[in-house]
Amino acid sequence: MQQAATIAGLASGRRRTAIGDPIFAALARVAGVFVLLLLGSLILSLFIGGLPAFRAFGAGFLTSTAWDPVHQAFGAAVSVYGTLITSILALIFAVPLAFGIAFYLTELAPAWLRRPIGTAIELLAAVPSIIYGMWGFFVIVPIMSQYIEPWIISLFDGSIEFTLAGMDIQFPEVPILEDLFSGPPFGTGLATAAMILAVMVIPFIAATMRDVFDTVPAVYKESAYGVGCTTWEVMRSIVLPYTRVSVVGGIMLGLGRALGETMAVTFVIGNADRISSSLFSSGNTIASIVALEFPESPAGSLKLASLLALGFILFVISFIVLAISRYLLRPKLKV
Amino acid sequence: MRLAMLTLLAAGLVAAQQANAQTQITGAGSTFAQPIYQKWGEAARPTTNISLNYQAIGSGAGINQINNRTVDFGASDMPVKGADLAAHKLMQFPTVIGGVDIIVNIPGVKPNELKLTGAILADIYLGKITHWNDKQITAINPGLKLPHTAIAPVHRADGSGTTFVFTDYLGMQSDEWKSKVGSSTSVAWPVGAGAKGSDGVAATVKQIQGGIGYDESAYAATNHLTTALLKNKAGQFVAPTMAAFEAAAASADWGAVQNFAIDLNDEPGAASWPIESATFVLLPTDPKDANQSGAVKKFFDWGFAHGDDIARSLLYIPLPASVHTAIRAAWQKEVPGTM
Repeated sequence: MQQAATIAGLASGRRRTAIGDPIFAALARVAGVFVLLLLGSLILSLFIGGLPAFRAFGAGFLTSTAWDPVHQAFGAAVSVYGTLITSILALIFAVPLAFGIAFYLTELAPAWLRRPIGTAIELLAAVPSIIYGMWGFFVIVPIMSQYIEPWIISLFDGSIEFTLAGMDIQFPEVPILEDLFSGPPFGTGLATAAMILAVMVIPFIAATMRDVFDTVPAVYKESAYGVGCTTWEVMRSIVLPYTRVSVVGGIMLGLGRALGETMAVTFVIGNADRISSSLFSSGNTIASIVALEFPESPAGSLKLASLLALGFILFVISFIVLAISRYLLRPKLKV
Repeated sequence: MRLAMLTLLAAGLVAAQQANAQTQITGAGSTFAQPIYQKWGEAARPTTNISLNYQAIGSGAGINQINNRTVDFGASDMPVKGADLAAHKLMQFPTVIGGVDIIVNIPGVKPNELKLTGAILADIYLGKITHWNDKQITAINPGLKLPHTAIAPVHRADGSGTTFVFTDYLGMQSDEWKSKVGSSTSVAWPVGAGAKGSDGVAATVKQIQGGIGYDESAYAATNHLTTALLKNKAGQFVAPTMAAFEAAAASADWGAVQNFAIDLNDEPGAASWPIESATFVLLPTDPKDANQSGAVKKFFDWGFAHGDDIARSLLYIPLPASVHTAIRAAWQKEVPGTM
């Protein structure tokens, strides 16, 4: 009697597992397909929404610097330029700093200092981006406009002159740098936006780098120290090649955030629809122009189509960035 | 015991809900009119039992929202064309009149000291005049010492009715502006930086040395910004004061326009302020809920009847009584819903 009951219990248990597995497998498959469907529908809706703009302006849409709601002429060049310049500049500012932070935290800092700084980095990553925008507008922009920008502009445009020990010294006009740093010192502009983006992106890159630097097996580093390598040689020859994949991944993560950042950039970029040679000039990015102009674009208008087309272009830029990162991470063939 | 307390709490909440039986109306649009609609909303609530939820997202966005019927009324400083009103089944009426000030930030220049003309303003915003000590500016400001600072023009980055009023005025003063840029809630500015919202323009001009911008007089007054004098049609340099706004409003010919779409820029009169506009409200003539429509009319009716002092305290000019009567007649004819 007891044996029969046990066998019956076992059989029903097996039946329960027999149903559970296929159901779970099906749910997991649905979840995976859902991601593809979501991505596909996003790309499709952006492309279809932007089609009127592509049809009206053709390939010239990508190179046109117009943005004229009155005469209904729109172009993507200004926004794409702003997006790329601010993101690349932000990375130029952020990557060395983030590397320095990670290097300090893993190699140089005393043990009692590592946890507070690590926590501070993680807290910085959690701050909402609109807070960065407000901080940038009320703290950084006045400093830039009153002290830093006028000083840098005067450094290169030949207006600094003074006498030293009886000699008249005048700073020369430096040709390329003069154009790169010119214009009224608004305080807002591409350079300020790049700085705010750099501050926002540093925590991500630094945290990723620090985590992977810690995963390098101690035996590699110790054997390198054992043959007489300096700390920098260990970092350059052992740690960085070992963590190459994750470091590039962290940088791409930061670049992705910088490309899509909206509110922080909208506050400090100056919102002007033209390309200028100066880094202190106002501009806009794809995200900021969509945020500002979308609410007042009537449904079905050419402006709305242009904004959706800009969104599609941002998607394409992100794909290109992803492709570049894949290329950088290709396995190095060894013979 | 716990059950009794919970029942008491629930009963209290239900009672509070019932006592709060107000009608809520939603509106969106012009930042120009935000100060007065907010104040009217607070003042009208006790007597009319209507609570107003107004979002100042800019005139262009306000027109968009009322076209999509996501709000009960839209607010715009740019009058909508008759054909568009008919196409979207809207009725348009003005509520108050306000002036647009020119604000500057030049070291050493005090409020209402700097004299400017419309032609100079147009050249500044076209990028033709680039420094404050340009000959054209110093010629009309003999007593003022103007530095060689670069002019930093600031404009509205979002779609704004104030931009429409300002660009409409510049178009009147400069043919080049009219053909090259035009006037709308959002234009292709040749030079300058954009700021989000009227408060953004005020904050940006305040922060940049050599900045110049345009802002509603209410913002300029409450934020104590440095305003400039403008030359009006009669050739006089006037300051942006209530008297100047009222002088411009007094010479308006309401009978000559359709849909109350009056243009108050560059009005004649020795004391008139040249950049001025009425702000408009758009109501659907086919509302989904006639009660909401009636509540909106009741709210603005209260504003017309009792809100004049509040308007003046915020530097707006109330409409003449004849226009109020005409608006009430138009409501009766075109918009369903009892007040």
